[in-house]
Amino acid sequence: MNGAPVFENTYDVAVVGAGPAGLAAGATAAKAGLTTIVLDENPAPGGQIYRAITTTPVRREEILGEDYWDGQKLIQEFQSSGAQLVSGATVWSISRALEINVSQGGQTHLINARWIILATGAQERPFPIPGWTLPGVMTAGGAQTLLKASGLVPSGRVILAGTGPLLWLLAAQILRAGGDITAILDTTPLENYVRALRQLPGFLLSPYFAKGLRLLTEVRRKTRVIKGVTKLEAQGKDKLAEVLFATGSQPATRMAADLLLLHQGVVPNVNLAMSIGIDHRWDELQLCWVPVLDQYGNSSVPGIAIAGDGAGISGALAAAERGRLAAYAAVKALKPEALSHLPAEQILLQALAKAQAGRAFLDTLYQPPKHFRIPEKNETLVCRCEEVTAGQIREMVALGCEGPNQLKSFLRCGMGPCQGRLCGLTATEMIAAERNVSPQQVGYYRLRPPIKPIQLAEIAAMPQSETAVKAVVRG
Amino acid sequence: MTLSSKECDVAIVGGGLVGAAVGYGLARLRQRVVLLDEGDADIRASRANFALVWVQGKGFGYTPYAHWTARSSNSWIEFAALLRDETGLDVAFQRPGGFHLALSEEELARRAAYIDQLHSQSPEFPYRVEILDRSQVAAMLPDIGPDVVGGSYCALDGHCNSLKLYRALLKAAAKHGGKYLASHRVEKIAYENHEFRISTSAGEIHAEKVVLAAGNATMHLAPMVGLEAPMQPERGQIMVTERVTPFLNYPVVTIRQTDEGTVMIGDSKEEGTTPDGLNLSISAVMASRAIRMFPLLGRLNVVRMWAGVRVMTADGFPIYDQSETCPGAFVACCHSGVTLAANHALTLAPMIAAGRLDAEVVGAFSARRFHVSKAA
Amino acid sequence: MFRRLPETSAATVTVSIDGADVQVRAGDTVAAALLAAGVHPYRASTVSGAPRAPYCMMGVCFECLVTVDGVGNRQGCLIPVREGMRIETQHGKREAHR
Repeated sequence: MNGAPVFENTYDVAVVGAGPAGLAAGATAAKAGLTTIVLDENPAPGGQIYRAITTTPVRREEILGEDYWDGQKLIQEFQSSGAQLVSGATVWSISRALEINVSQGGQTHLINARWIILATGAQERPFPIPGWTLPGVMTAGGAQTLLKASGLVPSGRVILAGTGPLLWLLAAQILRAGGDITAILDTTPLENYVRALRQLPGFLLSPYFAKGLRLLTEVRRKTRVIKGVTKLEAQGKDKLAEVLFATGSQPATRMAADLLLLHQGVVPNVNLAMSIGIDHRWDELQLCWVPVLDQYGNSSVPGIAIAGDGAGISGALAAAERGRLAAYAAVKALKPEALSHLPAEQILLQALAKAQAGRAFLDTLYQPPKHFRIPEKNETLVCRCEEVTAGQIREMVALGCEGPNQLKSFLRCGMGPCQGRLCGLTATEMIAAERNVSPQQVGYYRLRPPIKPIQLAEIAAMPQSETAVKAVVRG
Repeated sequence: MTLSSKECDVAIVGGGLVGAAVGYGLARLRQRVVLLDEGDADIRASRANFALVWVQGKGFGYTPYAHWTARSSNSWIEFAALLRDETGLDVAFQRPGGFHLALSEEELARRAAYIDQLHSQSPEFPYRVEILDRSQVAAMLPDIGPDVVGGSYCALDGHCNSLKLYRALLKAAAKHGGKYLASHRVEKIAYENHEFRISTSAGEIHAEKVVLAAGNATMHLAPMVGLEAPMQPERGQIMVTERVTPFLNYPVVTIRQTDEGTVMIGDSKEEGTTPDGLNLSISAVMASRAIRMFPLLGRLNVVRMWAGVRVMTADGFPIYDQSETCPGAFVACCHSGVTLAANHALTLAPMIAAGRLDAEVVGAFSARRFHVSKAA
Repeated sequence: MFRRLPETSAATVTVSIDGADVQVRAGDTVAAALLAAGVHPYRASTVSGAPRAPYCMMGVCFECLVTVDGVGNRQGCLIPVREGMRIETQHGKREAHR
């Protein structure tokens, strides 16, 4: 029988997430002889970038490309390391005492760890355009997942819209697989090209330059690209029917569409880290919250480190290096005599620096413009779960609401099941813009466990101490 | 912001449910009102509460509080209609009566004894609570679990959407010219030349009257105006589920279904004066009791859990006071900011506008009582 | 909206979708299977009843919620299909008595 996983009471190292950072961290810690468990929510390892790498039906390697298949090395390294992987496991709470509550198979298990590495990665930045909640509008990442995991390729009148390297990678993958793309609407602001020039020398030397250029050329040969798109709307009655767009020089045009794939970069998925009380700061270049970390990835909570894109967007190669560094620090703290099994700290730091080369250029060039981060039209939904509009938020700020937590209580914005993942950045930036202060000053939703919805019965089955009973059963 | 007493009649320290209700009540009497509130991330009981408009059990050991509560419950229908007329917002007030459920014969017996003692406090006790057996409870709450042996029911109990209430109060106050100033933490209050000079983190406010409605922080502010407000903050946890089709037609003191369809589950009484950190063992106890009361809850997902700090006076009853050494200064703090909102807007605010608390109505809530009981 | 790449394996399992038996690809998640089968509307929102469908396919957006084997509000993009699985699309609030 495909038995239920065995959870020990305590592990030396617990890793959350089995993307490149989690796999590298888990492998490194296990090879040093630390008892290691990696808890991943998905059915199979790989995270997003290497999604379905052990199961993908897309066997023609040129479709997904060599950067994807590179991930196989990490999987092999992990599988031979002795680390335990539990898939389908959702970590919903971590305490400062390093107690982990993980839900697997409908049951919550409590795990203690001496060290925790969060590798929960990134999510797509919200892209709140009018009509973005219509069926037929998805993220580029979502389409990429359907391709990698299910061999499904976009078909019909398909439009890609947005900015960022992933948009081009997906376009190339779709076209190589024989899928349809009617047009790519590039929202990269033309002034970004000028601003990015300063970072160009560093970028030219990085591995991303040649790859990126090849990708762009390949895509431009095969499909129509419209640059400088400044206005974008999804329209339709109960599903997408048309995409309305405009550029600086051209007035609004409508294009019939069955599928609109949106992308304007990725941002750290902060919910687990913030729910533990880990310090974060607003990054003015990447326009998102990033955890405050030391060079190994150790956070403001002792014993908890963050690796991968969750530490700051840097891509898959850097994610793996961060994973190794975080594990290095864990070994240093828990079993320093085993450090001799690992590469030297300097080597790891240099590898990370190399993997991050050229990042500033990409971040500058592909920084999404304000009008696509903060909806201009008041009817545009900001909070998808609770259906709160931009206009309602503006109204509350005018009434004196100063921050996202008050906003939450006035409008329910951020109170839905996604826990603010798709509205939080928009809400913070909107309030900051309306009040003319920085996002750092405005702050973010106060996040707490459960970071994913959990059945009441699972909570009820957890241990009940006598003091807890006395605190509840009164009178 | 800095304001002179030419621009402001009453400064209210504390922009939560009590401050907002008093503020609205004053503003509709054409008083120029300023609400001084703290920042977005600061502790706010007004955001963390269970939204009950609750009567049963109130005034145990102090009958004046039973009268004050019943009065508010009876004013609430008019109050909710008034807010809807003023703001267009429906605060979802319902008064179907409410329950306290017992999960064992021993719990039921204890509750029955408590209610007996409550009723016998006064020959004309202002409200009645009935003890119901299981079949009587089941007739009104068909989804109760097998462990429920009975409960107590009071026809005056109800609930509302307290977040909408808060939003409506602020909107209504603003409609009548009231100002709400966030991030204006009050540091000092001085009384000079018959007016109050309130130093905040963002400017000085002058007004002829000041009302301290700052929840637990009133304890530190009251002495500045010759008053006292002994408080004993108390932490508690609540959780809320996803939206569900309506099934619970009556609020239970620890379980209620909101107008949005979510189910709120409470509550605990813990040591601690901050809302940080969650005690999951307590969550487990709350969850298992809730499931015993309504088994269908077990399959629902909890979407959020939080802890709050209850505003709690030293004896649990409200403190309403006016200063003798600094005429024009008032204190208004209590635990039940939701239940008493109607009184605060419609009964207390007019007294403050007139410059005098009516001793017959609220005299029992002066902080002088703490000295009387000490001497006795 | 999507078509299957020819090299994708044809191994299928039988599930029921809103009471009707459907052959879906073994290895697909519930969300992918519903999208591939062209199920529309996938879901109606709990607030206004507006039509919704999976957006992110990675467990972040909560648009892919379905009832699986009688348990409501499961994230379809995280659950692989299984032989005999009962899948029901959700329209509006979760039902209290199910």
